[in-house]
Amino acid sequence: MRIPLSWLAEFVELAPGTTPEDVHAALVRVGLEEEDIHRVELSGPIVVGEVLDFVEEPQKNGKTIRWCQVRVAPEGETAADGGESVHGIVCGAGNFLVGDKVVVTLPGAVLPGPFPIAARKTYGHVSDGMIASSRELGLGDEHDGILRLVELGLGDAEVGSDAIALLGLDDSAVEINVTPDRGYAFSIRGVAREYAHATGAAFTDPAEAFSRPPAREGGYPVSIQDSAPIRGRAGASVFVARTVRGVDVSKPTPMWMSSRLRLAGIRSISLPVDITNYVMLELGQPIHGYDLGALRGGIVVRRAAPGEHLTTLDGQNRALDPEDLLITDDSGPIGLAGVMGGASTEIGSTTTDVLIEAARFDPVSIARTARRHKLPSEASKRFERGVDPNVASNAADRVAELLVELAGGRVDEETTAIDDAEQPSSISLPDGYVSRIVGFEAERDETIAALREIGCTVDHSEPDLSVVAPSWRPDITERADLAEEVARILGYDRIPAVLPVAPPGRGLTPAQVIRRRVADALAAWGATEVLAYPFVAAEQNALFGAPDGDTPESVRVANPLDATVPFLRTSLLPGLLAVASRNTSRGLTDLTVFEAGTVFRPARGRSYGQRVLPSAVGRPSAEELAKLQDGIPPQPRHVGVVSLGNRLPKRAGEPAVPAGLADVLAAVQVIALATGVRIDVAQGRHHAFHPGRTAVLSVGGALTGYAGELLPAVALDADLPRTVAALELDLDAVIAAAPTTIDASPIAVMPAATQDLSLVVEQRVAAAAVLAAVREGAGDLLEDIRLVDDYRGAGLEEGTKSLTFALRFRSNDHTLTAAEASEAKLAGAALAGSRFGATIRE
Amino acid sequence: MIVSEPTPITEEAVSAAVDAALAAVASATDSATLKQVRAEHTGERSTLARLNGELRNVAPELKAPLGKLVGQARGRVNQAFSAREQELVLEEENARLAAETVDVTAVATAYRPGARHPLTLLQERVSDVFVGMGWEIAEGPEVESEWFNFDALNFDADHPARAMQDTFFIDPVDSHLVLRTHTSPVQIRALLERELPVYVLAPGRTYRTDELDATHTPVFSQFEGLAVDKGLTMAHLRGTLEHAARTLFGDEAKIRLRPSYFPFTEPSAELDLWHPTFSGGARWIEWGGCGMVHPNLLRAAGIDPEVYSGFAFGMGLERTLMFRSDVQDMRDMVEGDIRFSQQFGMVV
Repeated sequence: MRIPLSWLAEFVELAPGTTPEDVHAALVRVGLEEEDIHRVELSGPIVVGEVLDFVEEPQKNGKTIRWCQVRVAPEGETAADGGESVHGIVCGAGNFLVGDKVVVTLPGAVLPGPFPIAARKTYGHVSDGMIASSRELGLGDEHDGILRLVELGLGDAEVGSDAIALLGLDDSAVEINVTPDRGYAFSIRGVAREYAHATGAAFTDPAEAFSRPPAREGGYPVSIQDSAPIRGRAGASVFVARTVRGVDVSKPTPMWMSSRLRLAGIRSISLPVDITNYVMLELGQPIHGYDLGALRGGIVVRRAAPGEHLTTLDGQNRALDPEDLLITDDSGPIGLAGVMGGASTEIGSTTTDVLIEAARFDPVSIARTARRHKLPSEASKRFERGVDPNVASNAADRVAELLVELAGGRVDEETTAIDDAEQPSSISLPDGYVSRIVGFEAERDETIAALREIGCTVDHSEPDLSVVAPSWRPDITERADLAEEVARILGYDRIPAVLPVAPPGRGLTPAQVIRRRVADALAAWGATEVLAYPFVAAEQNALFGAPDGDTPESVRVANPLDATVPFLRTSLLPGLLAVASRNTSRGLTDLTVFEAGTVFRPARGRSYGQRVLPSAVGRPSAEELAKLQDGIPPQPRHVGVVSLGNRLPKRAGEPAVPAGLADVLAAVQVIALATGVRIDVAQGRHHAFHPGRTAVLSVGGALTGYAGELLPAVALDADLPRTVAALELDLDAVIAAAPTTIDASPIAVMPAATQDLSLVVEQRVAAAAVLAAVREGAGDLLEDIRLVDDYRGAGLEEGTKSLTFALRFRSNDHTLTAAEASEAKLAGAALAGSRFGATIRE
Repeated sequence: MIVSEPTPITEEAVSAAVDAALAAVASATDSATLKQVRAEHTGERSTLARLNGELRNVAPELKAPLGKLVGQARGRVNQAFSAREQELVLEEENARLAAETVDVTAVATAYRPGARHPLTLLQERVSDVFVGMGWEIAEGPEVESEWFNFDALNFDADHPARAMQDTFFIDPVDSHLVLRTHTSPVQIRALLERELPVYVLAPGRTYRTDELDATHTPVFSQFEGLAVDKGLTMAHLRGTLEHAARTLFGDEAKIRLRPSYFPFTEPSAELDLWHPTFSGGARWIEWGGCGMVHPNLLRAAGIDPEVYSGFAFGMGLERTLMFRSDVQDMRDMVEGDIRFSQQFGMVV
C-alpha cells in the first residue's frame, strides 16, 4: 500500500517538516513495515507559462520547430530563474495554440532522470528553458506533445506560479507492507489511524469527514440469494446501492485526485473510475460503478449456475464455477462479485446515469474466486482480508458526493441498503491476562485506554474486561489478539528480557552426533561439503535411483520452477555431478566433494498423502495422526562422495595421484570409522558404474550403497572427464547399525611374532574372502592381518594370482615361539585352501 | 732347570706399541677406519695383546710391575680409541643430519584440503547454543503434509497468508503434500510427540518458489525455536533471542521486536538484529519472525492454552550467514563452488 503524504495529512496531523522517512519510522512501531518511498525527483524553477506567440521554422532534417515567446512571469516582474518575464523557447511539439498555459522548466530546473535544464543554443536560437510534456514531468507516459494545462482543467492557472505545487509533484508517498491480518491498512483511513496510534497525533475518521446526501428507502432493487454459502457464510452480507444521474463522464479528473492516484500506484482512467478508486483507497471499501442504462431489471447476488459465462472488464470470457459469487440482472451475470465487473454494464463515454455498489462480500468466497480465475484485483485483495462492514454506506455516499462535485450529477434520494453483517461479539479479557502474555505489567487503566484507542468498546464493570473489537478489525477474535493490540500500543520496547530455564536436556541425539562426525571426518580427510538442490529429471533418477536401471518411484513437484527437473532426487549423485561439472567449468578440476542430505524414496505401488485432512481445531485422534504419518514418503538421509581429477596434485619430487576407486573406498573407511559401523565391501554391479570397478556396500548383510568408478559414458554425459569415482551410502541405515557402547578387550603386552604368507588362488577369488578365511583359520593368536601384495605374472600358472599377507601373532599369556606362530599361519592357509583351493607359494 | 730367557716386555716395546696405536687413532678420519685400526692395535694379534700374553712367562717377581706396565698401556690405548670413536660417530651423525636437510616449505605431503559447508557449520553452531540452554534438536520431513505445514499452524485454507507462502506442491495436488515452506511444522510434530514442557530447536531445509538470485533461493534453511511451558511470556522470548544473538554475534549484539503478523503466533513480532560491525556499518537488520504460540496451535496439539503458553521464533540460516560472514551473494551458498566452502574450512 502506498500512502501519499498529503492525503494522510488530511486525516491525521502531520507535524510540519515530517518526511516520508519519519512516517515510515512511526508506522513500523505499530507493525506496518516500510517498503519504499515514491516521489518525483525534480526541482524548480518550474512555472506556469503562457504562449504569447510562435513562429514555425522548418528544418533541414524534416522537422518543424516552433520558436516561441512564452510569458513566464507577470509583466514587469522578474522570472523565477532571475531572467526576463518573457523567455524565448524552442519547442518541437505542435499541439499547442497561442494563449495556451503550459509548464515551463526554466534554466536551473532538474527533471527526473536527472535531466538539468539550461539555456542552450539550438536550431539557431538560444532556448531559454523548455516547455514540458507529461512524461518529462513524471506525470505519465503521454509524450505526443507538450502538456496543455487546459486539458487538466487548469487553464486559469496564474502565469509565473509554481507548477510543481500546482501539479502535486511536491507530494511523496510511503509504501508499506500490509500483513494479511490488517486488511484495514489497505486504506488511508486505516493507515492514518495507525499513524495516530504511533505518534499520538489527532485523527479524523474520513468515513465521517464529509457531508452525506439525504437518503430514504426505495433505491435500485437488489436481493441476495445465496443458495450455496461457503462454510455456512452468505456470499454477501452488505449491499449498498446509490444512483447518480446526469453525470458528464468526459470531465477531466482533477489534478489533486490524479496526482494522488498516481502516487498511490493507480493509473488514472476516467473520472468515474478514478472516483471509485479514490474512495476505495481512502476508505478501504471497494466500489463498483455500473452504467445504469445498461442494467436490465433488478440486481440479484447469487452463485453461478453450471455452464454460465461472463465477459469481464478485461475482455476475457470466463467459464464460471458454481462456487463463484455473481452480480446478475435479468440479462444474466454482470460481474464477478468483489473481483471484477462485467463488460456489458461498464461505464463508458455515453454513460449518464451511474449505479454505485458498495458491498461486503465473504472473504473466503472472494479469495477462492480470485484464485480460481487468477484475478487478484485491488478489490479482491481487500475483500479477502476483510472490509469494514460499517463503511459501505459512507463510501457509496462519498462516491456520490464526488460524482456530483466533479462530474455534475445529482443523487437520487432513494437508496438501497441491505445489511446482514455480523457484528463482532464480545471477548472476555481476564484481569492480568495481558501481563501474563506480554511479560510486563500492563496496568488496567492503560490496557483499557489502549483498547479504546484502537477502536474497541470496553466494559470494565467487572474485574474481567469485556471487549468488543471495532468493525474494521475482523482479525481480532480472541484474547490473544487483544494482548497483541495492547502490547503494540504500549510498545514492544516495554517487554523485558528474561532467560527461561529449560528442564535438563539430553543433548544431541546419537544420530545427530554421528552425522556431524561423518561430515567432519570427510572434510578432514579431504572432501569438500556442498549442498545441491534436490530437483532432478526423470532420467537422473533412473540412472542412480536403482542399481538395475529400473526407474524408481519418485516424488514429483506439481509446480516446479524449472520444468526440466520436476522430480525430487532419489540419489545424491546427480546433484554432486552437477556441482562437479560447475567446478570443472570454472577450472577447478581436482575435486572431491560430498553431500549429506535427504533423498526422497517413495515405495513402489503405493500412493502418499490424503485427499481429506483432519480438522486442526483440536488434537487429531491417534488413528488420524498415524494416517498422516503414513502418508509421508520415506526421506532417508544419504551421504554421497564424488571424486575426480587428481586426488593429490603433482608436488615437488612426487608425482600426482589420480582420483579413482581407491579414493571412494577410502571414504567408505572414513565413514565406517566415524560411525563405528563395519561396512562390508564386495565386488558388484550398478548400471551407471564401471562393470569391473564397482563395490557394493553392505551393513549386517543388508545393501546400503555403492562405491566405484562411473561408466565413462555417464561421466562424459555429465561434462566430466572419463574417470569419476562416486560413492553413495544410506547414512540413516548405517547410523541405525551404530553401536551405542563399545566393549574394550584387554591389551596383550607379550612380544608379537610376525610372519608373511603368500597364497596362490584363482584370479576371480576376492582377496577379502581369502583374508577372511586366513583370519578365521589362524584363530585367536592372529592379532592383525593385512594384504601387502597381489602378484600376477611370471612364475604363476595362467589365471592365478599370488596374494601376500602380513600377519602379526600374539598371545595373552606367553611369548610365542616361531613354531606356534607358524602352526597358526598354516591353519589359516589350510582353511583358505579348503575354501578357495589356495596353495602356499614357497 | 729352565733357563730363563730375557722377557720381550720392555718399556721400550710397550711404549712403541702405544705410540703406534695412538698414531693410528689420530690418523683414522671415519669410524669404519677407526674400527679396523682398533682391531690391529688392540685385537688378539696386536703387539699389546702379544706382550700381554707374554706375562704368563715372566718370573713371578716381575709379574706385578710388568703387568702394570702392559695394563696401563692397554687402558690408555682403549681409552683413546673410545674417545675418538665417540667423536667420529658424532661427527658422522651430524654430517648425515646435515645431508638430510630439506626445504620444509616444499615437502610433498599427502594432505589435501577438505571443508565443511558454512551453512551446515552454522546450523551446528546455532544448535549448540540452544543445546547449551537445555533445549533439544527436533527434526521433521521435508516433504510434509499440508496439515503440519499449514492447517495445524492456524493457516486457514482460504487465508491470504497461505497463498503468500509460494509453496511447492507435490503431484497430485490433492494428496495435500508440499515441500515444507518453513521449519514450523516441526513445532507441531514436537508438541504431538513430546512430553511437556517442550524446548526444541528445529533447523533444516525449506522450500519456496522463489527464483534464484543474489538474495533469494528456492531451497534454503531455517532454524525454528519452540518453547511451551507453564508461565512463558514475551519476556522469555526476548531473553532467549537476546542470548542467542549475543552468543552468535558477540556481546555487542542487540535485538529489537516490532509488531507483525504470523498465523501461528499471537502476539507476533518481527525480530531485528543490530551489530556494530555489520558491513555497511552499525545498523538494524531483519533477522526473523517470532511471537507467542497461537492458542489454536496449542489446541491442535491437544494442549490447553489456559494452562500452558509458549513462544516460537524462526530465522533464515542463509541470511544469518550472509550478515555474520559478510556473504554478498546467495548464489555462492548454493552453487557448490569448492572455493566458497574452502574459505571456511571447518570453522564458521
